[in-house]
Amino acid sequence: MPTSSQTAPGVVVVGASMGGLRAAEQLRAAGWSGPVTVVGDEPHMPYNRPPLSKEVLASDVTHPAVAFRARASTADVAWRLGTPVASADLAARTVTLADDTQLPYTGLVVATGIRPRRLPCPGPVAGRHVVRTLDDAQNLRAALRPGSRVVVVGAGFIGCEVAATARGLGAEVAVVAPEAEPMTRPLGAELGAALRRRHEARGVVFHLGRTVGHFSGIDAVTGLVLDDGTALPADLVVEAVGSTPNTAWLDGNGLDLSDGVLCDALLRVEGRPDVVAVGDVARFPNARYDDVPRRVEHWSIPTDTAKRAARTLAAHLAGEAVDGEPFAPLPAFWSDQYAERLQSFGAPGLGVDDIRLLEGDFDADCVVGYHAEGRLVGVVALGGGAAATAARYRGALV
Amino acid sequence: MKVVVDMERCQDHGQCVFSAPEVFQINAAGRLEYVADPDDALREAVEDAADVCPLQAITIED
Ligand SMILES: Cc1cc2nc3c(=O)[nH]c(=O)nc-3n(C[C@H](O)[C@H](O)[C@H](O)COP(=O)(O)OP(=O)(O)OC[C@H]3O[C@@H](n4cnc5c(N)ncnc54)[C@H](O)[C@@H]3O)c2cc1C
Ligand code: SF4
Repeated sequence: MPTSSQTAPGVVVVGASMGGLRAAEQLRAAGWSGPVTVVGDEPHMPYNRPPLSKEVLASDVTHPAVAFRARASTADVAWRLGTPVASADLAARTVTLADDTQLPYTGLVVATGIRPRRLPCPGPVAGRHVVRTLDDAQNLRAALRPGSRVVVVGAGFIGCEVAATARGLGAEVAVVAPEAEPMTRPLGAELGAALRRRHEARGVVFHLGRTVGHFSGIDAVTGLVLDDGTALPADLVVEAVGSTPNTAWLDGNGLDLSDGVLCDALLRVEGRPDVVAVGDVARFPNARYDDVPRRVEHWSIPTDTAKRAARTLAAHLAGEAVDGEPFAPLPAFWSDQYAERLQSFGAPGLGVDDIRLLEGDFDADCVVGYHAEGRLVGVVALGGGAAATAARYRGALV
Repeated sequence: MKVVVDMERCQDHGQCVFSAPEVFQINAAGRLEYVADPDDALREAVEDAADVCPLQAITIED
């Protein structure tokens, strides 16, 4: 197979955020010297999302302050920003943009991430926010004032971070969620309860075990009514109720898109040696734990998956044997709520049925271990020096 | 190779330490210390460290 970079169309990366950038960089690191084109629907060069629920809401932050620095090796990468890919034909090896431009490829990287799920409840739309993009965060910042009545729907990490930041700005904040405690799925009920108490001590009011019935107001939201009839006044609502993977552009290719794009242990989109996926959109098995493919929405994952996926794709494009060692990254994530740092290593969500306090006290600085079949699968540290504390347990993790 | 960490940004996450322990260390006081002019052989490791810094505080100025 000739792989001349002069004549081959090259690699097309769809999605111009962290995963897409890292994929471009790692293709170069893996030896691919042919053309690379990154297509993204946002108008911005790739930027860092964690500040969106923190610093960007709390102060006037613009794109340069959150933009990723790109490796020098990507100087010749072509960026096509501001237009989404509408469809792909994996048999013909082409993608088609919304403006009808068709791009052929020899290798394709799926890096389209996720978008926030929206509440299907009736009522006005104005005044309802989500936080996924820089534009979302800047819009929310513009609407937030000291004394604003903010209702956050959803008590996952993003909802709780937005609640903390809004409270820090002097807003009155309520959180509505169907779970019994915030962040239960990733962290378990005990730590979730401890985090709730920290929020409550700062004046956040929780309505747990509740869902939204409808929004009230004529032109814009003035409040919402919960399933038990409770009426909450609101100047603005933030919906942080989970996400939907951006895979519609891959429809019609016979792929399993039931929750992101299904990948094998080398991050190839199943049955396609020339297509790989990275970041939040990729559903892949982690050999460290088991063979169940899962999506992982942590900041560490775009970089880890890009590194592995680029090696897989670059070897295939060069006609070389693909390293068969299954992907087995150690996930890591953090969260900042008020001045508190939460640091996690491993997969605490897999061990929420066997939680052990390893150090400290749930209501002060603590380290919590998560076990599956008696093995330590995740560790979470909370409080001052959490990152260094959690890191001490890294070696003990499965 | 010249490495600069913006210490105003750095929040001592320590992620860089796992990627390039020869260059980045967390000292006894919990603060980051680093080698500003590491050997070029460590370039890939330092690039990895810059990638994984949550605050994007590390720059490589050749
Ligand atoms: C507010 C917020 C706070 C966070 N905080 C933390 C944190 O504290 N700690 C942590 O570990 N993680 C955090 N995360 C998670 C982390 O930021 C994500 O895991 C990471 O951004 C995923 O990167 P990605 O490139 O896979 O996906 P994304 O960043 O979602 O990028 C996908 C890109 O593809 C584009 N796209 C979608 N469809 C198309 C199409 N058809 N054509 C072209 N382009 C398309 C999208 O517009 C987007 O730009 C946070 C995320 C958010 C939103
Ligand atoms: S990873 Fe970044 S924030 Fe953390 S210690 Fe290193 S430079 Fe500082």
